[in-house]
Amino acid sequence: MPSLKSLRLRINSVKSTRKITEAMKLVAAAKLRRAQQQAEAARPYAERMARMLGALGAAVAGEPEAPKLLVGTGKSDIYLLVVVSAERGLCGPFNSNIGRFARNRVRELEAAGKTVKLMSVGRKAASYLKREFADRFVGEVSFANQKRVSFDDASSVAASITAQLEDGAFDVCELLYNRFVSVISQTPSAQQLIPAEVPEAAGESAQAQYDFEPSEEEILTKLLPRNLAIQVYRALLESGAGFYGSQMAAMDSATRNAGQMINKLTLNYNRTRQANITRELIEIISGAEAV
Amino acid sequence: MAGTFLLELVSPEKLLLSRQVEMVVIPAAEGELGVLPGHVPAIVSLRGGAVRVYEGGQVTESLFVPAGFAEVTPERVTVLADEASPLATLSRAKAEADLAAAEADYAAAATDTPEKREAAMDRLLSMRVKKELAEAA
Repeated sequence: MPSLKSLRLRINSVKSTRKITEAMKLVAAAKLRRAQQQAEAARPYAERMARMLGALGAAVAGEPEAPKLLVGTGKSDIYLLVVVSAERGLCGPFNSNIGRFARNRVRELEAAGKTVKLMSVGRKAASYLKREFADRFVGEVSFANQKRVSFDDASSVAASITAQLEDGAFDVCELLYNRFVSVISQTPSAQQLIPAEVPEAAGESAQAQYDFEPSEEEILTKLLPRNLAIQVYRALLESGAGFYGSQMAAMDSATRNAGQMINKLTLNYNRTRQANITRELIEIISGAEAV
Repeated sequence: MAGTFLLELVSPEKLLLSRQVEMVVIPAAEGELGVLPGHVPAIVSLRGGAVRVYEGGQVTESLFVPAGFAEVTPERVTVLADEASPLATLSRAKAEADLAAAEADYAAAATDTPEKREAAMDRLLSMRVKKELAEAA
């Protein structure tokens, strides 16, 4: 039976662990709220961008000289997978989910005879995937040393994707990230970036004939990189919000587990203490009887 | 006074403006474009300049945008700006620093691809306008 002292030490250490996890849960909850706000604030731009792109896409549809960003290279031999993960751990299955999702996607594509290149955004995706696919890495981005991602960060990621497209380094680009479904649920999902998925122009704008100034093509060549950046930005924000949600859930259950452990240990401690007292009493009484 | 239309000014990071206005002047790539209600549908790209919002015959709001796009329909104008800052908050020193940075970028891009050079040029021009606006403000 463990001594009283060692039990007391363990109870104290579990108690301080619980304090830490509880604090982390509260911090994650606060940051989650901010991340969600940021994600919501970015939504209007993305929506309007999609509407405009729909109108433009309809205007240039079927033209042979359409920009590469819109229609791709016409082949689908080389895939570039951009995997977005968190920078830090302690967030439950968040990072391993996206890592496993990416790994399955790589295997699936390679089984189909495609060449796969990988680019990671976030440290955790890099370390997860490098174990198996180190030779397929073409880029690595990390925002570990900043508090929140800004649109400029997303633009730089998008710019590096565009540069690789211009070099003919890949044909299809997919973005893999944890989509934020709710605070307690994030699903890994894939989104095709290039060729761009042009939203169907809906309702009023479908009928409207727009004037373009300058020409459709010129606007499109400026708009498409921007659209790419906004898609990346949205994925970063969703992944960021998902990270805090996941961390909050993980820390919540850690706090609960610590509580249970403390109860168990305290019970154990009290029993041991009682057993010691009883034993001492027996010793005294039997000693007295013997006299 | 004529009717109003909905003006929306959005940057990637937030929705900056969304309200009924009487007229707006936007710095389109091929010259300033004044939009009144019932304008012909158009999609224009923007160069650096000031978006001026008119209500009751007066400029009620003017913001500097470095680049972006605008979608015009008869009942709505949507400006997608890369960023937007009210003219009043522009600082002259900051604008001069930005201009210097843009000039340096342009010089560095001299040997780059034509597209990159053009992008740097656009940026340079937009920063020049920003400095002028900052000085005027």
